[in-house]
Amino acid sequence: MIDAELIIIGAGPAGMAAATTAANEGATVLLFDEQPQAGGQIYRNVKNQSNRLDNKNYFGKDYLSGKKHVDALEHENIKIEYGATVWRIEDGRHVVWSKNGISKISSAKHILLATGAQERPVPFPGWTLPGVMTAGAAQILMKTSGLLPRDAILAGSGPLLYLIAVQMIDAGAPPKALVETQTFKKTLSAAKHLPNALFAANTLFKGLGFLRKIKEAKIKVAKIKRYTACSGFRAEESVDGSIEFSFDYRNVNHKIKTPLLLTHQGIVPSTHLSRASGISHRWNETQKAFQPITDLWGQSETPTIHVAGDGASIGGAETAQAAGRLTALNIVHHLGHLNKDERDKKAKADRSLFNRALSIRPLLDNLYAPLPEFLSPPNETIVCRCEEVTASEIRQSIAEGAAGHRQVKTSLRNGMGPCQGRMCDLTVRGILIDSGINPDAPRARTPIKPIKLGEIANLKIPPE
Amino acid sequence: MSDKNAEFIIVGAGVVGLSIALGLLQKGHQVTILDGGDSDLSASKGNFGLIWLQAKGSHFAPYAKWTHKAVKKWPDFAKSLEELTQINLALEQTGGYEFFTDSNEFKAFQADLKQQQIHLGKKSSYEILTGDDLRKRYAGIGDKVVGATFCPLDGHVNPLKLFSALHSAVLTLGGKIFSNNKVKNITPLQGGGFKLLALNGNRFYSDRVILAAGLGTNSLAKQLDFVTQVRPQRGELLITEKIAERLPFVSSTIRQVNEGGIQIGGTSEEAGLDDSESLNVMVNLAQHAVSVYPQLSNVRVNRAWGALRILSPDGYPVYAQSHQYPGAYLVTCHSGITLASLHCSLLAEWIIDASNQSTLEAFSENRFSISSAA
Amino acid sequence: MKIDSRFQARPKGNISLSIDGEIVFAHKGDTVATALLADSGNASRKTNKNSPRTPFCMMGVCFDCLVEINGSPNEQSCMIQVEEGMVVKRPKGLRNYEQK
Repeated sequence: MIDAELIIIGAGPAGMAAATTAANEGATVLLFDEQPQAGGQIYRNVKNQSNRLDNKNYFGKDYLSGKKHVDALEHENIKIEYGATVWRIEDGRHVVWSKNGISKISSAKHILLATGAQERPVPFPGWTLPGVMTAGAAQILMKTSGLLPRDAILAGSGPLLYLIAVQMIDAGAPPKALVETQTFKKTLSAAKHLPNALFAANTLFKGLGFLRKIKEAKIKVAKIKRYTACSGFRAEESVDGSIEFSFDYRNVNHKIKTPLLLTHQGIVPSTHLSRASGISHRWNETQKAFQPITDLWGQSETPTIHVAGDGASIGGAETAQAAGRLTALNIVHHLGHLNKDERDKKAKADRSLFNRALSIRPLLDNLYAPLPEFLSPPNETIVCRCEEVTASEIRQSIAEGAAGHRQVKTSLRNGMGPCQGRMCDLTVRGILIDSGINPDAPRARTPIKPIKLGEIANLKIPPE
Repeated sequence: MSDKNAEFIIVGAGVVGLSIALGLLQKGHQVTILDGGDSDLSASKGNFGLIWLQAKGSHFAPYAKWTHKAVKKWPDFAKSLEELTQINLALEQTGGYEFFTDSNEFKAFQADLKQQQIHLGKKSSYEILTGDDLRKRYAGIGDKVVGATFCPLDGHVNPLKLFSALHSAVLTLGGKIFSNNKVKNITPLQGGGFKLLALNGNRFYSDRVILAAGLGTNSLAKQLDFVTQVRPQRGELLITEKIAERLPFVSSTIRQVNEGGIQIGGTSEEAGLDDSESLNVMVNLAQHAVSVYPQLSNVRVNRAWGALRILSPDGYPVYAQSHQYPGAYLVTCHSGITLASLHCSLLAEWIIDASNQSTLEAFSENRFSISSAA
Repeated sequence: MKIDSRFQARPKGNISLSIDGEIVFAHKGDTVATALLADSGNASRKTNKNSPRTPFCMMGVCFDCLVEINGSPNEQSCMIQVEEGMVVKRPKGLRNYEQK
């Protein structure tokens, strides 16, 4: 017995677009999301913006445009479970999910993973201290609660960093400094991708617009100090509880005190569920991240499992929406709601939008590539936040013969805590690569998030 | 001698291969170990860490005696390994339980224990407890437990620490370990010695060769004229978030790792080479844990996993020397943790000189050729 | 020592919860992690090795925001919305079994 023809995991741009597309083509959809509302991280809490206490829009038009996607989910063919954590995919047809302490199994003919992205871990000495957060975390606090950073420093690189800088300025909480890791050299090497990027000029100019706005603010307000091509990040706790952030800028070590250090080095696909589902993954060297292997329609080697959006490959919201629609069209075709010609015809506009949007990626990926020091950080850095394992210990284990993720993990326990490697896998890989080892993707096991024993014990498995 | 030309080459750097290596190195021999890649099946990276005697060898006296000897030797073995490596193995040998929620299984197990006692005589003892006896001993035990057995020699160790310590000890004593050198071919050389060819093209030479390759044993065994063939049996485990309070008991299915996480296991299934974790087994394990110790109900499972045991045709260890190619040995067993204390001592001595240990005859391959002829 | 919140002050909310015995006011829609961050800049937990931590990712990924909520230890505070009368405790080290 099935609960819906299509189960979608994740109600971000890709998941929402796929849900409405599939529903409009006549398929029944069951949509899961961990948050209390749809939108994903990019449109987080967009539905409630008008009720927010400060009632100001400093997130921009793009963000508010998410509301129409959320509204479109009100469709007779779409059923939604919010606050639901999917912790296992079974045989490519069933999802095991937890809500309010109760786990259940739901079944469908196809499953679409639209699990989105997480920020790339930015490890450096002191990154575990209170007062160090990701830039994305600060943005979530602004979106969900109107909680604004106080005298924060934004440090790192990536389009999101500049977007957040602008939003902070507009919200009246400008960062006291912008410490960029981006270098002039990178800009040059990224420039060779310009011809491709011009096809996606709209997105590109938007990005440049943010940069311009930061500059203007700097000139007008003259309060935001800007440092570029920085490296050597280090955070220390000072007596009053604030962070003493030091970094190298033009060969000089700078130290700035701040209550809140917000770091960012781009985003990477969230692959725990896709890896645990058993489909193959590959390393994307330009994006410096693992991603599931799919065809152009987002279909994996397991024909009932599909992946769309940033969880498949980082491309941003518009690309994710296009990918969500394309994947949904292919799924409804397999479900028999649409023949092949109809599918291809309906896919045409999105196919070219998708290709156009993807053409800007090499430029962005190169421009905002993570600094080597965050891929393979200094010895004293804690790499695994859960088990508190340092880079030095990982290097030692490799020196003693550990030849991959599993051997490092079994000797040090990194990745065995509650986050299950979400905050350390990429760093361990960076250190392995640095030591001349090219490892396979680390294995992900279920439950992909901690679930209580009693809850698992009470799970009812329906007979086949 | 160069790295690629050793007195002993051991194929397999799991707990079994490393234990033998340690024994040989301690006797002054020169050892190189060849191991596969990070993604290869590896029982040593997925096991439960029990040092366990209860009911072992009930139906095969030599195994009961061998296991008993191993368990008795563990404290000394652990002490010397800890001194050598400064790694705390977290050995706890204060006795272990077997819990039962089914009275028929409880009865059958008692019969096995009785049988084992016949083999071991006064050397071992055990206790039989009713569910109420047990609940008097530990207030937290659940109502569904109908009884338990207890053996004072049983215990556990941190299996990953043991693995690390063996690895480190072997390196400290001058052993060489080459990972990513999965052995494809072993050729006996005229006039003695062996040539080993790795999948990556590397060649190694040795006077003697020991197969301790776990599930990689079969094709290499044939090349050296061994008849033993092993098969995988999947076991699945759960590990919880860490708990500060100590679990008051060790059992064969529920134990607390010294770092705080609680491991739940003890299943066996025929699943070929698939080492995935399966949903129905996860549910069964969770139900078992919660019925034995209901306080566990609110403790979260961080991860489940499957790992493959290595079983010989009759499930007992095989310690064999090739008749056709002297100097080639095959070692395979399940319970490599329990037996590690003997693998690095008596077994290593037998490999050095077979006249040392006549008791090991019982574990030779002859038992398979006889049964296949019958 | 109570460290000032690392965020700008907001108008007082109307949902009251207790954090380590102190009554704190939060807004509807706040997560418990938000309430903790808005209240102070102090660590919201100490690890097994006694290192101080505060919520880090705010999206359920890093597990650094774990706190005890209404007697249940190791809850992901960034994934749970505040409710009137909630009792929140900042953990120090590993959890114990839940007290009945």
